[in-house]
Amino acid sequence: MIFEPSIIADSLQHTAHAAADTAAAAHAAGGHGGAFNFMHLLEHIKNSNTIEFPFVHLSLPRFAPLHIGGLALDLSITKHVFFLLLGGILLFIAAVFAARSYKKSLVPRGFVNLLELIIIFIRDEVVLPNMGQAGLKYMPYMLTTFFYILVMNLCGLVPYGATPTGNIMVTAGLAIIAFFMIQISAIKSQGLKHYLAHLTGGAPWFLWPIMIPIEILGLFTKPFALCMRLFANMTGGHIVILSLFGLIFMFRSFAVAPVPLLFVVGIYMLELFVAFLQAYVFTMLTSLFMGLGMQAEGHEEHHSHSS
Amino acid sequence: MELLFDINPGLIIWTILSFLVLLFLLAKFAWTPILKMLGDREGQIRSALEQADRARTEAEEMIKQNEKNLARAEEEYQKMIREGKMLAEKLKDEIVVKAKQQAQQELKKASEEIQRNIDAAKLQLRSEIAGLAIQATEKILDETLDDARRKKLTDSVINKLPKN
Repeated sequence: MIFEPSIIADSLQHTAHAAADTAAAAHAAGGHGGAFNFMHLLEHIKNSNTIEFPFVHLSLPRFAPLHIGGLALDLSITKHVFFLLLGGILLFIAAVFAARSYKKSLVPRGFVNLLELIIIFIRDEVVLPNMGQAGLKYMPYMLTTFFYILVMNLCGLVPYGATPTGNIMVTAGLAIIAFFMIQISAIKSQGLKHYLAHLTGGAPWFLWPIMIPIEILGLFTKPFALCMRLFANMTGGHIVILSLFGLIFMFRSFAVAPVPLLFVVGIYMLELFVAFLQAYVFTMLTSLFMGLGMQAEGHEEHHSHSS
Repeated sequence: MELLFDINPGLIIWTILSFLVLLFLLAKFAWTPILKMLGDREGQIRSALEQADRARTEAEEMIKQNEKNLARAEEEYQKMIREGKMLAEKLKDEIVVKAKQQAQQELKKASEEIQRNIDAAKLQLRSEIAGLAIQATEKILDETLDDARRKKLTDSVINKLPKN
């Protein structure tokens, strides 16, 4: 998320042609000399191969795409990869620091208190109600999911930072892991036979050609919803902030700046809240889906009794 | 749309890779120790609370016992005082009775002594009076009586005298 007007102005310089209606609107409202293309503001929530720092544009290494079959795999360290890794490193340092501090004293202090509050919250309010005692062995996964998403969400709220979770590929990656966790926990707790039997939905055999695709589709919709929800929430807030700043450029006047600024501060606060909320929602729903799979055994019996 | 839904499988790989590495590292170095510590601490707190509860019941029991002991001691003490008082009363009565008896005995003895003295004095007085009477008689008669007559005369005088 970049708030530096100089950088936004910088992107304005790249405005060569106005194609979108926003640009037309800007043209209508605007004035002379160069049209404003709103799409160029959105460049800042997009992945790129440079990281913008004040006065410096850091170029990140580009790797030649790997060709596996027909798929081109570009493993370059892009802006989002950079913040993905940075967030991971920061989280690792913070968590290990907290773990170390407990070795000195059982009484938490300062920042460790916050970490402990969240950990206990996830254990007592998220994992235990949704998954029961059996869910405790998935606690490390839940905690990593929550904190990693939280750190990535917050990355975008720091000046010059970017939000990896605002990229649908990142949220897709997280959702793929969640998908496997949901399936693995379900197979582990009810056995492969029950798990496969559950895919038939307990319907009579002649309905299986319909039921099995539906159930399999159902398995994918849950993580897909997780992926879209997180992506949309993280992108949405940034687009609102950029749109508000875009007003300054559309009016071509610094006089209007205080008004969008005031709104942006409000939205920023909301973003801060949303960063925590979405991390919580992702974790909560993952544990809920895992819990559903783990308790499906009773559900299955219910099916066989009724049929 | 191309901007928002930028298809880049490399990023998915990066995400999954970094997540799995982070999961492994954090589970090993952070979450497991922290969760274990939290569990330990909860156990500690629970046991400390239970211990405190037990200690409180024990203390209450002790207070009750103490109160009971105190009440019993008080009762015993009251009984002791009562018994002491009764004993003292009895002793006092005995002493008084004994003293009275002794006093009466002494009084009796004393009065007997006095009586005896009076009797002796009377006897003496009589013999003295008799002697004087005989002397007077001798003077009147102007002759000395011999012993036999004197004795006879004395006895008769004494007998003639009033008894007291």
